[in-house]
Amino acid sequence: MGYIIDGLREAFHLIVSLDPDVMEITALSLVVSLTATCVATAIALPVGTAVKFTDFPGKKVLINLIQTLYSLPTVIVGLLVFLLITRHGSLGFTGLLFTPQAMILAQTILILPIMTGLTISALSGVDETIRDTIVSLGATRLQFLTSIVREARFAIFAAVAVGFGRAISEVGAAILVGGNIAHRTRVLTTAISLNTSQWEIGTSIALGILLLAIALVVNTGVSLFQQR
Amino acid sequence: MKKSILMLLAVVMVAAAIAAGCTGSSGGEATPTPTTTPAETRTLLIATTTSLYDTGLLDALKAPFEQEYNAKVDIISAGTGTALGYGENGDVDVMMVHDRVREDAFLADGHGIDRRVIAYNFFVIVGPESDPAGIKNMTPEEAFATIREKGLADPADVKFVSRGDNSGTHAKEKVIWKTAGFNYTTDITNSGEWYIEAGTGMGATLLIADEKSAYTLSDIGTYLAYKDKITLVPLVSEGDILLNVYSVMRINPEKHPGVNSSLAKDWINYLISPLTQKTIEEFGVDTYGEPLFFPAAGNWETMGVNRSEVEDPVV
Repeated sequence: MGYIIDGLREAFHLIVSLDPDVMEITALSLVVSLTATCVATAIALPVGTAVKFTDFPGKKVLINLIQTLYSLPTVIVGLLVFLLITRHGSLGFTGLLFTPQAMILAQTILILPIMTGLTISALSGVDETIRDTIVSLGATRLQFLTSIVREARFAIFAAVAVGFGRAISEVGAAILVGGNIAHRTRVLTTAISLNTSQWEIGTSIALGILLLAIALVVNTGVSLFQQR
Repeated sequence: MKKSILMLLAVVMVAAAIAAGCTGSSGGEATPTPTTTPAETRTLLIATTTSLYDTGLLDALKAPFEQEYNAKVDIISAGTGTALGYGENGDVDVMMVHDRVREDAFLADGHGIDRRVIAYNFFVIVGPESDPAGIKNMTPEEAFATIREKGLADPADVKFVSRGDNSGTHAKEKVIWKTAGFNYTTDITNSGEWYIEAGTGMGATLLIADEKSAYTLSDIGTYLAYKDKITLVPLVSEGDILLNVYSVMRINPEKHPGVNSSLAKDWINYLISPLTQKTIEEFGVDTYGEPLFFPAAGNWETMGVNRSEVEDPVV
């Protein structure tokens, strides 16, 4: 038990003293995962809306596929992106491998299905009578869609939070395409992995606490928003 | 229908604008230095064997280099096998590895050039202090054969943890099995519960071996760096086969035009310079009471390599 107490004490010290390495790692985690969430939102929201309100052959199959990809394994995304951006891959010329941008790309791909799927669910959750009312009031197509999205905003916001949660907590893709380079691509999850293998338990615990704290802040934010 | 297409287009454009805004602002946060420094800071990307990283040697070597050359050194710590893979794809500029056989193949294939030997030390067979297989002071080959025999008979008591990750240490382990007269595939892997393939770096493998009170093969540098964190003790450390030679090479720019070749040259020359060799010699002595690595300078005969591989600057 002693090492846990020691680890907690060291973790507390690292956090309170705003240890520069720990802060840098936390900041990079936030930047990478927030950016990925922004990009994924910008794609998932219109795509989800389009899928929900257009009829086309194979729609059911597509939705089924999107839902299957909710559990897309992070290492598989990492592998795919790695193969794409390694220097001899089809996007190798971009020189993205082992950069934060590569991690953003991988996390965006990772959370796109779940955010698109949850957007579709959120829009489906809007009451039929509200939909009918909007239509009967003579809304244009654009007015209709914006109204529906506004009605579903809480559920959509929850979808965004789920996407962010998945992005910031994943380690498989980040380590494969980022390489866990100190001061460049080392984020909370990959740093915990490395520090634990080096038996730097205090640092690992400190980073773990920060990771949980971020999740707590995000979830509290969502709840507050939903309660308004 | 037309309207809905227009609508979709509008939404996508707004989305793209948001996305651009998102990436733009946070991208600036992520990399503040390159934009603010007028003189261009060059970046060198190194893939290294875990031992040079886990011991802290590379971090100690990179700081003076970064200052002197106004460069940034990024390090990816992976096994020798992974490092060579990155090199083969041209995804890194420099590799620091320790497996002469695969290095030779890598050079012969034209992927790498300018190999220089920078340091050496020895592998040790470490295990629980009680030494359940009784291998203390045996030759490495005898020790391995004994661990296998006792492990097959009583896997609860005698275990061996292998790196199992195609690293240089894993390659050395296979060589010892072979020299001891075993076929690695048929006699060792899947031969029983006694043989555990960790699939991870040297430091993590030591921690696993410690948890399981098992034997393992480690470079002495990583073992010393982890000594305070584990209870394993060195049991076999004598034998020519345990020699461990570390090299540096750069990626052939003719094969992989994107690599940062001039800085890679500087890095190699920096490593073989007398001052750096002295840093390697003294590294860790204060902390561990003995050196983790021996400098290559002056020791080409011990390592069985050409003098030019140790001393000749890369031009």
